[in-house]
Amino acid sequence: MIDFPILSTLLAIPILGILFMSLIRANNANAERNLKQTALWISFLNFIASLALLFSFDLNNPEFQFVEHYFWLDSSISYHLGVDGISILLIVLTTLLLPICILASYDSIQFAVKEYLISFLVLETFMIGVFCSLDLVLFYLFFEGGLIPMFLIIGIWGGERRVYSTFKFFLYTLAGSVFMLLAIIYIYWEAGTTNVVDLLSYNFTYSEQFYLWLAFFASFMVKIPMWPFHTWLPDAHVEAPTAGSVILAGVLLKMAGYGFIRFSIGMFPDASVFFAPMVFTLSIIAIIATSLIALVQKDMKKLIAYSSVAHMGFVTLGIFTFTLQGIEGAVIQMISHGIVSAALFLCVGVVYDRLHTREIERYGGLVNKMPFYSFAFMIFILASLGLPGTSGFVGEFLVLLSIFSVNTYFAVFATTGVVLAATYSLWLYRKVIFGALVKDDLMDILDLTKKEIIIFVPLIFLTFFIGIYPKPVIDIIEPATSNIVKNIQGKLS
Amino acid sequence: MSMFITLLPEIIIFLGGCFLLILGLFIKKIKIINNASIILIIAVLILILFQPIQSILENSFIVDEFSQVFKIMILLGSLSCLIMFNSSNEDLHINIYEFPILILFASIGMMIMVSSNDLLSMFVGLELQSLSLYVLASLNRNSLLSSEAGIKYFILGALSSGLLLFGISYIYGFTGNTNFNLIAVNYNSQSLGLLIGIVFVCAGLAFKVSAVPFHMWTPDVYQGAPTPVTGFFALAPKIAAMGLLVRFLFNSFGEIYFDWQQIIIFISIASMVFAAFAAIAQSNIKRLMAYSSIGHVGYALIGVACVSTEGLRSLVIYLLIYLVMNIAVFSFILSMKRKDEYFENISDLSGLYKNHPFASVMITLTMFSLAGIPPLAGFFGKFYIFMAAIESNMFILSIIGVLASVVGAFYYLRIVKIIYFDEPQEKFDGFSIKSLNFLFYPSSVLITVFCFYPSPVINIADFTIRSLL
Repeated sequence: MIDFPILSTLLAIPILGILFMSLIRANNANAERNLKQTALWISFLNFIASLALLFSFDLNNPEFQFVEHYFWLDSSISYHLGVDGISILLIVLTTLLLPICILASYDSIQFAVKEYLISFLVLETFMIGVFCSLDLVLFYLFFEGGLIPMFLIIGIWGGERRVYSTFKFFLYTLAGSVFMLLAIIYIYWEAGTTNVVDLLSYNFTYSEQFYLWLAFFASFMVKIPMWPFHTWLPDAHVEAPTAGSVILAGVLLKMAGYGFIRFSIGMFPDASVFFAPMVFTLSIIAIIATSLIALVQKDMKKLIAYSSVAHMGFVTLGIFTFTLQGIEGAVIQMISHGIVSAALFLCVGVVYDRLHTREIERYGGLVNKMPFYSFAFMIFILASLGLPGTSGFVGEFLVLLSIFSVNTYFAVFATTGVVLAATYSLWLYRKVIFGALVKDDLMDILDLTKKEIIIFVPLIFLTFFIGIYPKPVIDIIEPATSNIVKNIQGKLS
Repeated sequence: MSMFITLLPEIIIFLGGCFLLILGLFIKKIKIINNASIILIIAVLILILFQPIQSILENSFIVDEFSQVFKIMILLGSLSCLIMFNSSNEDLHINIYEFPILILFASIGMMIMVSSNDLLSMFVGLELQSLSLYVLASLNRNSLLSSEAGIKYFILGALSSGLLLFGISYIYGFTGNTNFNLIAVNYNSQSLGLLIGIVFVCAGLAFKVSAVPFHMWTPDVYQGAPTPVTGFFALAPKIAAMGLLVRFLFNSFGEIYFDWQQIIIFISIASMVFAAFAAIAQSNIKRLMAYSSIGHVGYALIGVACVSTEGLRSLVIYLLIYLVMNIAVFSFILSMKRKDEYFENISDLSGLYKNHPFASVMITLTMFSLAGIPPLAGFFGKFYIFMAAIESNMFILSIIGVLASVVGAFYYLRIVKIIYFDEPQEKFDGFSIKSLNFLFYPSSVLITVFCFYPSPVINIADFTIRSLL
């Protein structure tokens, strides 16, 4: 089991699945059904494979595991894979969300089904690749490559303003990322390698760190996204199909958070410390401003999108405290947000499939007709605002704890974000679920179908599991995190 | 004897071309002439692989690794052009059997260009190539646009040849030599006359590679010329002129690179930025590809401007990938036809994926590759180019380059948008033409799978530049 190239297998399963699926002709409804079934099984198989990865993961080993190292471009730019406690969880999150996405688009996607499923499977390979590549060029390849399927997903199957949104998404992210490419090339010439393991112990000079950090930051701040470059996110979310929003909020945003943890603070600790106040300020602005913006939204998806920006603000806050709790909190917040925001977008998708509108005003009193739905929605809303006992609380609490130890003022401002989150989340919930059922078209709305229940059950389970008993998760990320923190402190002193 | 062997590929094409020219008078069947030319080129391609490395005619004509690889690229370009012509000559109403022969003669000219190590052989090759191209551009006599393209190309081309010749005379006058290697020994780097010579020759060659500010002919000629000819313009002459530029600059003025480096940097930046913005407003896909090729030349010129091993290596990688991408695009453009009517507007592609799902996927990937998005081949081309630029500490140039590539991504994405996001139209007939599919699918698949096994291309590039160092 040890020598088996399980990470390459994870990358290869979706690709092989695509080759298989491209042989199936999607000329009638039956064949399309078969295609969806096939894609579902492929992604489920990948999920099982990632579970195998998780269970054979050695908890006590803080180094990268399952390492694969082959010749690729030249002797120093190689095909180098490996996972540690942080990336392994994000990989499992990815493979978990993929079958859910495919299941969620069973009925809502009516045309070009084959292209749709292929896009998602390609995207899965790229996302897993981002989290397990240990070579900067390989990382960039996966990081940018994900733009292609996402561009198509939003552009082809999106809503009315899909063209504008998808171009905005693509060009924003690309413009940010090209600077990272130049930085990677500079690192190649300066350090003589793009091997992440070697680079983590390499010492860049102070001025080099300064520019390289900014180049990486340009890429990650657009992707995560941070204020003031967050404006692509609400547009992309609103126009994307439900599954697209799920994967966007669930995984794509985490790639940037992961990048901060792995590269920015690991390779450029001096610059990270220097810029930390700026990151804090931007994060605080993001948390408060986007929470206030979320309060006045008329569109459910837009509201959740803005809340995503606020939640990712906590992630960056946690990462740049350089403390054990902070980074652990950030990772848990990422995982939790990956589950909860994905679930919230699915919740919106449920009512959107029935009424084809996302306007909050058009809903009200759903609790009378959709009790199961109201229950599921409530859990995720509460998890989103960070109620103790749900996964949202653990991450936010750890982050606030660590930021308090660094700077009290920032902590105070960040905490107001939690209050604001409660305000807009509960406001949304009250508007949609409670109140009198007066709207005509809501009278015969149906509750969750079996398929939708199957989608929500694992997400509800995970929300509570991480919230009530986070120890297994912390056990997995702790060795890797303490390794990172030790590395930073070693370099700083 | 050694002279004969060294010139054998050129001689074979020349004799074969003359023979076909006479044969054509009697049989008047374009298909036969065309197929014979294809066979001729394939034979020469194989011959080039086995040629010994040597220089003849007092070192004015060189066969080395560099010229071999460039000749192979040029002949591949000519070959794909002939294959494209094979499938389209009847529908384009070009009943001129000289077409393949002109391509052959242009190929000879280009082969001489990349082999020449002397101002005289360089000019002879360049003119042979240019004269053939002028005729090719205006080949479609019934079309006003094609005639206009030919005339425009001819007038501006003659002007650029004049500039080139003027520069050559200065270089000869101030060094007393025409051989590149002897120029390198005999120049006086303080001489202003020599500098003028370099500037004029660079301007003449920049015209041939269609770099800004000498690009004005490109969009009109690309649009006006028959599509197989446009494909030929985009493929072979650019590569040949780029090879010539490299050999001219490096062999004769490699030591005083600071004199010409700024010129190359300027036209490189100008080409990248201009092409990125100008292409946005285009509605004709051939015109768009003209601007795209200007942009690509800008990136390739970064490789020249680096004046380093890494730079030349990246240039060769870039040109190889550029060649494959353009073969894919032009065979695709030629497939856009219904009955015998060809469509050239980008809007004609709307909703293509409904009728031609597989072709749409492949052209989409090609477009992303042209935009330089990983993991497609075009990304690696740009990656190596910027690698060379950063190694030479040209940070500003690389930042402008990557930003231009972001702007440039927009117009490639626009094509993807039209193919996938817009309302479908009728089917095209052209996507079932075997010879076009034979070009389109292998080349677009190559672009896609390049990332899995990039080392052959990198090894070829290393091999190519061995003789220049």
